[in-house]
Amino acid sequence: GLFVWHLKNTGIRQIPCQFVHLCRVANDRLITFQYFNFLKRMYVTQYNKDLSQWAKPKSDSVASPFRELQQLDQEKKIIHKISPISPAHPPLSETSSRNELREMKSAAEIEDLITPVRAESKEDRQWKEMKLHLEDLPGILARLSKIKLTALVVSTASAGFAMAPVPFDLTCFVLASLGTGLASCAANSINQFFEVPFDSNMNRTKNRPLVRGQISPLLAVCFAASCGVPGIALLTLGVNPLTGALGAFNIFLYTCCYTPMKRMSIANTWVGAVVGAIPPVMGWTAATGSLDAGALLLGGILYSWQFPHFNALSWGLREDYSRGGYCMMSVTHPGLCRRVALRHCLALIGLSTAAPVLDITTWTFPVISLPINLYISYLGFRFYRDADRSSSRKLFFCSLWHLPMLLLVMFTCKKSFLEKEDKGDLLGGNHGRAMEIRLP
Amino acid sequence: PPAHSRHDWIGPPDKHSNLRPIIFYVPPEESPLERRLREARQEAQACNQHFWARHNCAFRQEKEEFIYSRLKAKGLEMRDETGQKATLNAEEMADFYQDFLSKNFRKHMQYNRDWYKRNFTITFLMGQVALARALRWLRWKKKNVGN
Repeated sequence: GLFVWHLKNTGIRQIPCQFVHLCRVANDRLITFQYFNFLKRMYVTQYNKDLSQWAKPKSDSVASPFRELQQLDQEKKIIHKISPISPAHPPLSETSSRNELREMKSAAEIEDLITPVRAESKEDRQWKEMKLHLEDLPGILARLSKIKLTALVVSTASAGFAMAPVPFDLTCFVLASLGTGLASCAANSINQFFEVPFDSNMNRTKNRPLVRGQISPLLAVCFAASCGVPGIALLTLGVNPLTGALGAFNIFLYTCCYTPMKRMSIANTWVGAVVGAIPPVMGWTAATGSLDAGALLLGGILYSWQFPHFNALSWGLREDYSRGGYCMMSVTHPGLCRRVALRHCLALIGLSTAAPVLDITTWTFPVISLPINLYISYLGFRFYRDADRSSSRKLFFCSLWHLPMLLLVMFTCKKSFLEKEDKGDLLGGNHGRAMEIRLP
Repeated sequence: PPAHSRHDWIGPPDKHSNLRPIIFYVPPEESPLERRLREARQEAQACNQHFWARHNCAFRQEKEEFIYSRLKAKGLEMRDETGQKATLNAEEMADFYQDFLSKNFRKHMQYNRDWYKRNFTITFLMGQVALARALRWLRWKKKNVGN
């Protein structure tokens, strides 16, 4: 959390008080998740789902279900920060977010925001020299790589690593997380590089570095290469080739499949869901060196989760999508959009039940996770039936805490390694620098 | 932008296209490669501006027409008693968004192809220019060190 805070502060120096305000608001709203492996505070005040579906940490947009923090349009003189939940999902409409925030804020707080907002919008209306100042570079690169989204993606990968039935190897864990993070930065940067005119036209994304001319496209590509190449090399050589291959594949899937597909066909949502599902699989293969049922189950959970998350988010962004030319289910096939969201909520229940069957968790996991899975399914059903802004928002917000909680419960119900000691010796020898890859 | 500046300047987003215009700096000793880059960027900027300004205006206009026709069908006026503009809710607008997206699909496909091509070309040219400048600087450095 502190890490995220610090990055935020370096990136957006002129609005520190807004951030504090947002943190307060977010805390009030009870939208803070803690991962068992590291403390991360994700502040969600408004969610903008950008076009990229998943905040794919690796691949970019779709992969991570976290939204980037974004500022709402200045004309309203109210700045809302939106943490990206899913990279792929479009941001919620401003009106709904604004209303949402109004409910949450007191008048005094709004006053605090107005001054910084006015200052910022004035600054934004001026002509700026396109010169790169080195002191701005870290902030710019953080925004270019969607650092918060990347952090979320890395945490899902860590969850995959933690769930693997092998003794915990710190070096491997650190290398895998670092490699995944670098790959995610690369993918996110390329995504932004491809989407400049479209990002300019969508409220959620119009303050990105390339859109604002703070960095040149060449530099963005070089940065992506300098993150992606070492990231994948680190995964391939420092962890194992399977993880490296998955990382490279995910980058490709996100930048070359998902990003262009967003404008061509609604199938992009499914591709994006895969992008989001791969990081935990990578975490698992980093630990065990093999792609077994547990990895696929974890990937499956993340995959299914993407749909209620994104579809609910995209419901409020239909106008921006329509104008921007993005082919999203919420615009072209609204009925399908809601059906798919509900279907996958129910699938989560099934997948949670499959976890003990595959020896990943004990039988307490499906029992404990049943209430939250039922709740999200209930909201999914409400969204399916009502098809309105409030049900979509409820489903979206639920998905934000549902995933971290599910992963946390999963970890606490993890099948003890000691119980699988016989199998453990076999598995333990396969992770780390093992060049052998056991594939099913 | 001030006359003494040696960089490009980028302005606030355009009202219609939402794109930020760039005023390109023309260095006195501009090489042919650099000129090609600048012209490519200017052309891309002009095309983007043209496309989005037209597209966004068409969107706004068609949206107004849609609202008007729907309100008329419901028997309501564009503005109610208080003078506020009447709007339709999100579900009613969904039909319009669906329609607008499918109508403009081909246009977007064409634009996407153009944009990707232009983006790659410009970035590649930028790379070439950067490389040329780096080599020039290295040669200049070597000459100075020699002296």
